[in-house]
Amino acid sequence: MAVTRKDVEHIAQLAKLSLEENEVESLTDQMNDILGYVEKLNELDTENIEPLSHPVEGNNVFREDVPIKSIASSEALKNAPSASEEFFLVPKVINN
Amino acid sequence: MVNYKNHSEKLQKLKSGELSLEDNVKFFLSEIDKNKKLNAFNFVFSDFALEQAKTVQGKIKNNTNGKLAGMVVAIKDVLSLKDKPTACSSKILKDYIAVYTSTAVQKLIDEDAIIIGKTNCDEFAMGSSNENSAFGAVLNPVDNQRVPGGSSGGSAVAVAAGLCDVSLGTDTGGSIRQPASFCGVYGLKPTYSRVSRYGLTAFASSFDSIGPFSHSVEDAAKVLEVISGKDEKDSTSLNVEVPNYSAELTNIDKKYKIGIPKEYFGEGLNEEIKKAIEDVVAKLKSSGFEIVDINLPHNEYTIATYYILTTAEASSNLARYDGARYGFRSNDAATLLDMYNNSRSEGFGKEVKRRIMLGTYVLSAGYYDAYYKKAQKARRLIKNDFDLAFKNVDLIIAPASPTLPFKIGEKSEDPLEMYLGDIYTTSANLAGIPGISVPVANSEEGLPIGMQILANQFDELKLLKTSYFIQNEILKNN
Repeated sequence: MAVTRKDVEHIAQLAKLSLEENEVESLTDQMNDILGYVEKLNELDTENIEPLSHPVEGNNVFREDVPIKSIASSEALKNAPSASEEFFLVPKVINN
Repeated sequence: MVNYKNHSEKLQKLKSGELSLEDNVKFFLSEIDKNKKLNAFNFVFSDFALEQAKTVQGKIKNNTNGKLAGMVVAIKDVLSLKDKPTACSSKILKDYIAVYTSTAVQKLIDEDAIIIGKTNCDEFAMGSSNENSAFGAVLNPVDNQRVPGGSSGGSAVAVAAGLCDVSLGTDTGGSIRQPASFCGVYGLKPTYSRVSRYGLTAFASSFDSIGPFSHSVEDAAKVLEVISGKDEKDSTSLNVEVPNYSAELTNIDKKYKIGIPKEYFGEGLNEEIKKAIEDVVAKLKSSGFEIVDINLPHNEYTIATYYILTTAEASSNLARYDGARYGFRSNDAATLLDMYNNSRSEGFGKEVKRRIMLGTYVLSAGYYDAYYKKAQKARRLIKNDFDLAFKNVDLIIAPASPTLPFKIGEKSEDPLEMYLGDIYTTSANLAGIPGISVPVANSEEGLPIGMQILANQFDELKLLKTSYFIQNEILKNN
């Protein structure tokens, strides 16, 4: 399954990254290298093997659904690139 | 140089008045300053550390001190401490100030440890050489032409170069054990879920573990017993009893059965490393430990499995850096999409972008089953190998790295080659088991060699007892 430049451009779009021309080129090569290497896993027979998503398999963790104090909005806004009163400011989403 | 060999000795000297904590902190601050070229620290908290020193000195005088009183600790720059920067060595978080404190760090502070600063690392803990940092590469103190290992390179260097007593690092695929081996200090990766990840910037959430670097096994044990345990704020942290590691350390009542996996000593392993480990194993054998050969047949699949799963988790975890709520926002953000794309493209470094791309690819429609699910199945086979091995042995001994510390720039242009260097460490994270790197020897050139010991989940005590035995009975005679 070779990765093409077009694939790389598509993946970049999904990942919200804009890549320079030379980045697309080197990433195409590198991703092919790495994905070529991981093809190795196809040697393994995993027919009846359950996927393992967590190394310490435990039970679900429940807690009472009671509100607890969290970070104040003023604190949460401290690191915002742009904020106003209680809100994060971002570029306009809806066109005029 | 400090005149104590571990924290217990330091605390005695602080109590007797032989050592002033303020002087000690000033000493470390001046050492940090003198060793600036190593680039081990992203942020140094001089005033904060001296303030803490005064408070803790008072508590020691009144006998109201905690068990880590006066231990000077550096923390990896992916762990949050409220009102201090957490940059994760990334441009995207360069001006971020933490709004809460991570549980592991809070537990250190509650026991009166002194936090002296935040250490450099690979960006978002992604790397094996500490060359992927927006704050610049970290240099190995033993040979400045060489890397200190990564991703917790700064934490390893801070301890190795005597810039603090102990440090915290994180280990997702070897990021504590490999730099510990490259710098000649102890580095302990606990069982997954042993230490709360609350306040640790997520890289790969089902792999990330927090653990200490130290000069002595005693200090590693003390730190581990403080930072371990269930935390309501991390639902994956487990409610498993935390032994009194430091007290039980010396009591090696039983000589363990140790497995040597042949897959870890084959082609590609540096001869000097191999010989150094075989020497220690021979001495363990003559001291009464039972040594047996074991097999971990799926080891050759660990790197492939690891890089599929961790990049997938990373691509998801790093989606939060969008330029909207915190972190860097590009000036070129006329539309919302521009804001996302440009903030991320300008904010992330090369390696981080590469991993986000790989992770996005393996999770994307049409490839999920072929890569991600396949790797999750391989992960179970790898864990099964360990489950089976630990039915028969208490511990496993292996190298921490196939090579000695390499030269800066030597591997940075070939990501796959860099990834293959993690051949002996990612398995522990895939299986969620603990591991320690013990500094056992130096190469002919004088470069440090680390030996890795692995144990079953929650068997850190066996690791620590055996490391203590090696430290006191085997290495002291060298």
